[in-house]
Amino acid sequence: MQDTLAHLKRGEKGIITDVSSIHIPLKLLEMGCLPGNPVQLVQLAPFQDPMYLNINGTHLAIRKETASHILIEKIANE
Amino acid sequence: MSKQINVALIGNPNTGKTSVFNALTGLNQKVGNYPGITVEKKEGICKLPRGIKAHIIDLPGTYSLNASSLDENVVIELLLNKNDKDFPDVAVVVSDVENLKRNLLLFTQIKDLEIPTLLVINMADRMSYKGISLNIDYLEKHLETKIALISTRKNEGIENLKNLITNFKELPVTPCIDASKIDKDYFDNLRKAFPNQLLYKLWLVITQDVNFGKTDRNEIEAVANFKTKSKGDLKRLQQKETIKRYQFINNVLKKGQTIDITQAKDLRTKLDRILTHKIWGYIIFFIILLVIFQAIYDWSSVPMDFIDNVFASLSEWVKNMLPNGAFTNLLAEGIIPGLGGIIIFIPQIAFLFLFIAVLEESGYMSRVVFLMDRVMRRFGLSGKSVVPLISGTACAIPAIMATRNIENWKERLITILVTPFTTCSARLPVYLIIISLVIPEGHIFILSYQALTLMLLYLIGFGSAVSSAYILNKILKIKSKTFFVVEMPNYKLPMFKNVALTVIEKTKSFVFGAGKIILAISIVLWFLASYGPGEQFNNAETIVKLEYASQNIDEEDLQQKIASHKLEYSFIGLTGRAIEPVIRPLGYDWKIGIALISSFAAREVFVGTLATIYSVGSDEEETIKNRMASEINPILGGPLFTFASGISLLLFYAFAMQCMSTLAIVKKETNSWKWPILQLVIMTVFAYIVALIAFQFLK
Repeated sequence: MQDTLAHLKRGEKGIITDVSSIHIPLKLLEMGCLPGNPVQLVQLAPFQDPMYLNINGTHLAIRKETASHILIEKIANE
Repeated sequence: MSKQINVALIGNPNTGKTSVFNALTGLNQKVGNYPGITVEKKEGICKLPRGIKAHIIDLPGTYSLNASSLDENVVIELLLNKNDKDFPDVAVVVSDVENLKRNLLLFTQIKDLEIPTLLVINMADRMSYKGISLNIDYLEKHLETKIALISTRKNEGIENLKNLITNFKELPVTPCIDASKIDKDYFDNLRKAFPNQLLYKLWLVITQDVNFGKTDRNEIEAVANFKTKSKGDLKRLQQKETIKRYQFINNVLKKGQTIDITQAKDLRTKLDRILTHKIWGYIIFFIILLVIFQAIYDWSSVPMDFIDNVFASLSEWVKNMLPNGAFTNLLAEGIIPGLGGIIIFIPQIAFLFLFIAVLEESGYMSRVVFLMDRVMRRFGLSGKSVVPLISGTACAIPAIMATRNIENWKERLITILVTPFTTCSARLPVYLIIISLVIPEGHIFILSYQALTLMLLYLIGFGSAVSSAYILNKILKIKSKTFFVVEMPNYKLPMFKNVALTVIEKTKSFVFGAGKIILAISIVLWFLASYGPGEQFNNAETIVKLEYASQNIDEEDLQQKIASHKLEYSFIGLTGRAIEPVIRPLGYDWKIGIALISSFAAREVFVGTLATIYSVGSDEEETIKNRMASEINPILGGPLFTFASGISLLLFYAFAMQCMSTLAIVKKETNSWKWPILQLVIMTVFAYIVALIAFQFLK
């Protein structure tokens, strides 16, 4: 199974690979959530939701539900 | 060259757009509404070099020209309508040096509308701190614009910006991107159908969400030889467009911007580690709330007592200086106490808006949204509901307008419905005066009993908002997609100028908005209390004198008896006594009844009303509080404001829906009478029952 944003753990990084799901609001894409852009999980709220992310330099929070539609490829922390 | 030029400030949220607006206009600004909708319209005047004047509009913050809310739609409506009197001669896009890439998305869209566009890069003072350097010449060349690198915090670059605005005619109007490339056939078709229109403008009109605005899409769909596309297809094209724009931006920034990460200092991570921590985060939030309430109650009591005394002696002074007569009485008993009832709340309202402005400006509010989302969702709310619920402590009206950025309709509706439970600043005066009458003074640790009671009332308000949300969430059957996107901006030290302007503006709108109603009601009440129909009122003097003829009472007592007899049979007295049977079980007399009724115009009228009613017929110089304390319960004897009736009143005000302006806003925002009427009935009935139970138990 392919990794999604929802699989990231705190501090982990990935590269966004696909955002074609209709459950992803356009606003998120406009804020830089696009294929090829790096993403890092900065912080999780209690109960692991919402997720505080750094996508391509933009810091934002989204719910886990939305995150589970964004496909990524994890990259190892250097 | 006396022509005035129109300038529109456009930008993403959190770019310091409003700081730029403040820097350009200073105090020459006013806040109104866009016609027909409740979106705030900020405009101001700025003097430019060579005697030119600029009319500047601060448009609502938006991430793109694809509107997802009413506020964002305002931006598009203006930019698409060349005939609008505010249509900009020049668009000034404000960006933040740390988020240049994201900010440029909006910039490229506006450029494609072929409007002269200027780019402001704000927060330049943070460049070295973040290891950023820019090649301005390169950027200007490839973005085909002029760039003003400024720092509103350090007040640098503003003059240069003014110069660039003045010379707006030199700005190129070439588009950045050829959007038609995302689907050649479709756009060719579009061009054929509307040969005289700007293609990108058509595209924006077609893709705007149907729910918003008056942009006439039907006109386009009505053209026979033009094939429309399904919603899903359009969305895919919008995605494609966004990706294309970012490709362009990335290419430009690759050479125009360098970031040396090793130079960057990261305050955000350190602060977030504490402020969004799963335990510390909540504790800090709670402490901040505690400080706010302590400030509102304790710190503002000094100026408030002072104002109260000033108005009491002013009334007395007017009475002594002016000749006796109806006008003097109207002034001393109607207008001055009424004005006092407005001015006295300025310290508290200023404090409240001060805190809200600081929390917003610093970037902390987004952290609260993040922390609270999961908790709030359990009650059918969103983390973003926290902002309306907190600003509801100022006033439900802006709070209900602030629900607009909640993307999910069900969560938004519930937030709108429960927000009026939060303790707004109009309840505050009622609470304050009753608390000071019935709650004993004294301290536990450093917190006074009275401050704790106030805090408790705020918690009750918040608690009932949340629990009714929980119930509504179970009852309402509305399906809507959940999505939730909130930007987590950098922490910033709030700028004094911005905070001060917000506080001044909000306080002013309270004094003149609510103040007008309060003053008008005070005057009406004075008339109703000073005149009455029939024998009992007109011959009060004879009747009372007859009644007490056999007894030996002194002149002063007699005058007092006459005055209260008159009041009882005045128009207001008759009305009050008509409703007395309904409110007596709650521990109120008819005078409080009058205050309750007039509170439906605005809650804060309560204190002013009582002040007016009690001051009619009393000659002594008295503060509102002392007058209330000396009222006697006509049936039970003893003071009218006891612990039991006081608590009952507090609870009634905590729950009842007593604000016509809020109902009007709810109607506007939900587009139906159903919701405001439900709110009115349910909240008020509930308030009555709770107040009844409280009084019967405590008496």
